[in-house]
Amino acid sequence: MRFATLRTLGFYALVLVIVVQAVFPFYYAILTSLEDGQALFEVNYFPATLNLANYRAMLTEGVFGRQILNSVFVASVVVVISLALAVSAAFALSRIRFRGRGLLLLTILSVSMFPQIAVLSGLFEVIRAMGLFNSLWSLVFSYMIFTLPFTVWVLTTFMRNLPVEIEEAAIMDGASPVTIIRRVFLPLMWPAMVTTGLLAFIHAWNEFLFALTFLSTDSQRTVPVAIALISGRSEFEIPWGNIMAASVIVTLPLVALVLIFQRKIVSGLTAGAVKG
Amino acid sequence: MATVELHKVCKRFGSVEVLHDIDLALDRGEFIVFVGPSGCGKSTLLRLIAGLEDITSGELRIDGQPMNDVLPAKRGIAMVFQSYALYPHMSVYENMSFGLEQAKLSKAEIDRRVRAAATMLQIEELLDRKPKQLSGGQRQRVAIGRAITRDPRVFLFDEPLSNLDAALRVDTRLEIAALSKRLPDTTMIYVTHDQVEAMTLADRIVVLNAGHVEQVGTPMELYERPASLFVAGFIGSPRMNFLTGQLAAAEGAATYGIRPEHIALSETAGDWPGQVTLTEKLGSDTFVHVAADGIGAINVRVEGRCDIAPGTRVFLTPDAAAAHRFDAAGRPIVRAAP
Ligand SMILES: Nc1ncnc2c1ncn2[C@@H]1O[C@H](COP(=O)(O)OP(=O)(O)OP(=O)(O)O)[C@@H](O)[C@H]1O
Ligand SMILES: [Mg+2]
Repeated sequence: MRFATLRTLGFYALVLVIVVQAVFPFYYAILTSLEDGQALFEVNYFPATLNLANYRAMLTEGVFGRQILNSVFVASVVVVISLALAVSAAFALSRIRFRGRGLLLLTILSVSMFPQIAVLSGLFEVIRAMGLFNSLWSLVFSYMIFTLPFTVWVLTTFMRNLPVEIEEAAIMDGASPVTIIRRVFLPLMWPAMVTTGLLAFIHAWNEFLFALTFLSTDSQRTVPVAIALISGRSEFEIPWGNIMAASVIVTLPLVALVLIFQRKIVSGLTAGAVKG
Repeated sequence: MATVELHKVCKRFGSVEVLHDIDLALDRGEFIVFVGPSGCGKSTLLRLIAGLEDITSGELRIDGQPMNDVLPAKRGIAMVFQSYALYPHMSVYENMSFGLEQAKLSKAEIDRRVRAAATMLQIEELLDRKPKQLSGGQRQRVAIGRAITRDPRVFLFDEPLSNLDAALRVDTRLEIAALSKRLPDTTMIYVTHDQVEAMTLADRIVVLNAGHVEQVGTPMELYERPASLFVAGFIGSPRMNFLTGQLAAAEGAATYGIRPEHIALSETAGDWPGQVTLTEKLGSDTFVHVAADGIGAINVRVEGRCDIAPGTRVFLTPDAAAAHRFDAAGRPIVRAAP
């Protein structure tokens, strides 16, 4: 009896540790964002004041609103193009027999093994040559270097696990390859697509290095860089309140997306359990 | 008149030839069963006819038209897959209408055909369900229904009953037999390695072995006049007894074959003395395994119940008229007319 209680207690203590560790930084960011200049530097764990001034400042002054739109644009376009390309590629890689298929898959995966910094200077030249410097398309282009390998890889694996007979039944039913992808595969792949799409979105949303390098003007920047470059009135002042408010603002869309697609993600993670 | 004809059809996967020079002519409305051991090429042959695999060489004709390069959907064929292969995200109705939509039939016509097929298979109440809400037997019916709506000239089944339990398998087998009676102009090709399905359903059986057609004939022809040792061993359950050595030589053969049901068992007198080693009681029949002196193990089928104890001395008498004799190449030796 006592032992059981102890065990339950221990279990919840452990849960508490994990929750605190995961949630506390974010909680502290929210806390900080709600405080103004002076209160900031007093360490407290509960909101002393509820001051939305930092939010108001971020959203009305300067180009932060514009920068959020930049991020939304880049991340959405990256997701849409990546998924469209990845679905077609996955179809070919999982369903059509051709020479060098395994090698191609490995190559695709190995692309994602390079650290970003390794390709940075080369990529910079490419983007300059294409005339994309300081254009949001430079980010769309460069982010796909990292989103495509894993979307292709995950969707290929997923599609491989779909029974071939379903596709053959569709062939017997007279469906063209495009119809098969659209009417048979896509509906079955939603969970996998939502999951990979979300990961791609988060990646594009949070990316820093390329965004810092390929964009040079404030109005073109995406939010991670914008936040990092928020500066105070003087060299010595770091406006933590503003930074935290901005951080909270840009995290909310991600939280919202995850909540919306929650159920799909769960079923996406147990993918492969698709059975006729 | 033949609906499906194959001339010297070969199939190679890479360098491996899995079907060799298949020649077949199937009549309209016939129920044809492909049987053979696992890996002999039954499914491959079916898929060649369906168009899911390319024919390496040779010719396939349906209703006289060459079909080698015709798309599967344009061959007038429908197929029922072993795993049913229903579209999991579509309702039963949509599963059945999908192919008709692709064929650009009118909404009214699609509806008419789907409902007709559903009525025929008694699945009208299931039309709104998803496949995962159906039992195995119901899924099988939907799969058959999907095939029926296409109004095919040729119906292909690849081991359609192998995922069902024994009782349901019998029911579904009877339903498929009834279905083929209701569709007298539709040629059915049915793959199985279940003997009973083959014997009961088929108008003609095609026995395949290692990519060759071993024999084509009605179930009774195969049972009574197997064209090779292989067919003799494959058709009939339990298996025919094959005896070699002195006994066969005395009969002028390399192998002497006698089915378990063509041997009389007696405890008092007979041609081959021996000792019972094991009995298998099925209720309707008893299989008695006998170690015959100087001959070897022989399986005897005794009708009804037989409570003979292992170790008992018994005597076996083969029915000479029902015996089969094979030469060293496994070909039957035809008994000269007396
Ligand atoms: N896509 C393929 N690539 C290479 N070899 C194949 C392929 N499909 C089938 N084979 C080979 O062809 C031969 C015949 O296979 P098939 O599936 O037709 O056998 P089967 O008679 O249907 O057997 P089972 O009763 O087990 O279903 C086998 O040896 C198999 O390994
Ligand atoms: Mg097979």
